Amino acid sequence: MKLIKDGHIIDPANSIDDIMDILIIDEKISKIEKNIEVKPEYEIINAKGLMVFPGLIDMHVHLREPGFEYKETIKTGLAAAAKGGFTTIACMPNTKPAIDERTIVEALDRKARGAKVNLKVIGAATKNIDSDQLTEMGDMKEAGIVAISNDGKPVKNAYITRRVLEYAKKFDLILIEHCEDESMANGGFIHEGYYSTILGLKGIPREAEDLIVARDIALAKMTGGKVHIAHISSKNSVDLVREAKKQGINITAEVTPQHLVLTDQAVESFDTSTKINPPFRSEQDREALIAGLIDGTIDMIATDHAPHARWEKEVEFAYAPFGVVGLETAVSLMYTKLVKTGIIKYSTLIEKMANNPGRIFNLGGELKIGNDADITLFDPNIEWIVNPDEFYSMGRNTPFKGWNLDGQVIHTIVKGDFALKNGKVI
Amino acid sequence: MLKAKDLLGLRTLSTDEMDEIMRVAIPMKDIIMRDIKKVPTLRGKSMATLFFENSTRTKSSFEIAAKYLSADCTNLAVSTSSVQKGETLIDTAITLEVMGIELFVMRHGASGAPHFLGRNTKARIINAGDGMNEHPTQGLLDMFTMKDKKGDLGNLTVTILGDVAHSRVARSNIWGLTKYGANVRVVGPETLLPIELQKMGVEVYTDVDKALKGADVVNVLRLQKERQSSGLLPSLVEYNKFWGLTSKRLELIKEDGIIMHPGPMNRGVEIMPEVYEDPRSVVDEQVTNGVAIRMALLFMMLGGKTSDEIN
Ligand SMILES: [Zn+2]
Ligand SMILES: [Zn+2]
Repeated sequence: MKLIKDGHIIDPANSIDDIMDILIIDEKISKIEKNIEVKPEYEIINAKGLMVFPGLIDMHVHLREPGFEYKETIKTGLAAAAKGGFTTIACMPNTKPAIDERTIVEALDRKARGAKVNLKVIGAATKNIDSDQLTEMGDMKEAGIVAISNDGKPVKNAYITRRVLEYAKKFDLILIEHCEDESMANGGFIHEGYYSTILGLKGIPREAEDLIVARDIALAKMTGGKVHIAHISSKNSVDLVREAKKQGINITAEVTPQHLVLTDQAVESFDTSTKINPPFRSEQDREALIAGLIDGTIDMIATDHAPHARWEKEVEFAYAPFGVVGLETAVSLMYTKLVKTGIIKYSTLIEKMANNPGRIFNLGGELKIGNDADITLFDPNIEWIVNPDEFYSMGRNTPFKGWNLDGQVIHTIVKGDFALKNGKVI
Repeated sequence: MLKAKDLLGLRTLSTDEMDEIMRVAIPMKDIIMRDIKKVPTLRGKSMATLFFENSTRTKSSFEIAAKYLSADCTNLAVSTSSVQKGETLIDTAITLEVMGIELFVMRHGASGAPHFLGRNTKARIINAGDGMNEHPTQGLLDMFTMKDKKGDLGNLTVTILGDVAHSRVARSNIWGLTKYGANVRVVGPETLLPIELQKMGVEVYTDVDKALKGADVVNVLRLQKERQSSGLLPSLVEYNKFWGLTSKRLELIKEDGIIMHPGPMNRGVEIMPEVYEDPRSVVDEQVTNGVAIRMALLFMMLGGKTSDEIN
């Protein structure tokens, strides 16, 4: 039994924004009240001066298992998640082999056994990711997958996407789409704009994203299936999603912390830790992403945590793989750059990082009596400098190296148990 | 004096630095014109060329520049089949560095490759062309030639004609010339003009006649023939018809205007043979000036301090 005492609880899903206590009994939240009476059998967690959030949820993580264990493993990825305050993360299926059948889902579950942080698996939508053959998504759903995605690519064409959406409806699986029209991207690797022009690096126009977002909106409308837009980056795409939501189409969207903070100017130094897909876009796009986050067009923040080995990123810009790690910087970065600056409210941050992913993917994400005690305690007064050498993740590829950030997660509690205690992963 | 360890591009060079390089190039050019073209200035200094892309012209220009200054120049032949990325590149450079190489002249197909190498070596680096990013020595020799022929760069109207999108020569010219306040025009088919080009401080045209009218300099870019198979151009014939520099179009530039080309030329595509033969063509002089500019840079980066020393 644990009693979280005197913390400032923020949970917009339950309209809580107050100093209160939380009593945890047997993995579950038992009470949320002011001044809960202390009993000798309670383990007291002094949360005075701390913010208490529903456990954070990240729907977009690359854990690299199976096949790329030299980049990240389930163990290191989950440790990084605990450090970042995430109580549940969902891993993408673009592994080797791809997560495209029940046995692989079960194997991952076995590997995650004993880990504190909840690992949820996203299954591929088509076999080997890029094919015409639908996966046995019903069977994978029984084994526990929470969504389907071919992340790294969109489902290969309109016809197959239609069939995926139709078929997935029976199993109530949302298709998470990496929106990038390959022919339009044409081998580019940074945003097509001023910086691609001056640096002579091949650009990916925002329309490469818009075309697939538009395609998928049309198909979601046609089929009644559910589409979730991964890592939205283009201002036009934000407009398309906003309009589709107005029409009642089943569409949701996520944005990464990095796209909310950085623009294509970051690429200027040819630093490969700024090479991501979709690329950092222009300042107007970044502003549109923030506006979309605030007005509800964008439902959630997801990291797209994409670890790579050092030697893979220490190459010429053109040859480096896409991706940055994000689990251990996400909430501090969002607090420092968006909440502390007054751009968004604390409550918005929690909606986007806990409530909404929890509601949309049926994973909890709120502080409710009877729910699993998944709770994140955040100290807004800590100032720290991002040092990738201290990451729990094996990936060191972050564009935020050396940045001064405010606020850090102190405790991460999953099912009533510490996954992170006093800043150390248990 | 150059402020940075490496010469990566004209974007990061000041006009003071460019002035200095061009000032040093003048006595260097005198050396080239002498009967005995060798001075002992850089005797005992070691440099290497690292060319990951073929370029006989630029490579020989650097080699000759080194020879005239008595520097030892090692040529690392990197065959295209063995081009390896990343740490292999660093390893190669460091191996040479510990053997005493103090300066690398590097040509690479990827934009930013010399920046990457520069961060990982103590040796100095001269970018001899990186991807579509910059070709600073070409930019400097072009400006040196313009200045020599036409005077103050700030008073000139320079038209850059052709495949700007894929051209590092165009980018270095634009950065350098706009810093001096020149009026820079770029012209080509829209498929070969990158987005937001005007933000670099240039006037953007798709109509050659308008772009050439009253120009002091026309700098014609080389067209890679594979552009027509990648959706950028219908044919070389049509390119020549609408964007090629013909003697008729040449009537539009100033009477005392000059014609430049970084070479090698596709005669009959971006430039007609009679244009190359026009007395206003300074293409051959660009080649000589290229050696002078490279001598100046080697001198400044391998030991020399100020332009006074050379005399
Ligand atoms: Zn993706
Ligand atoms: Zn991803």
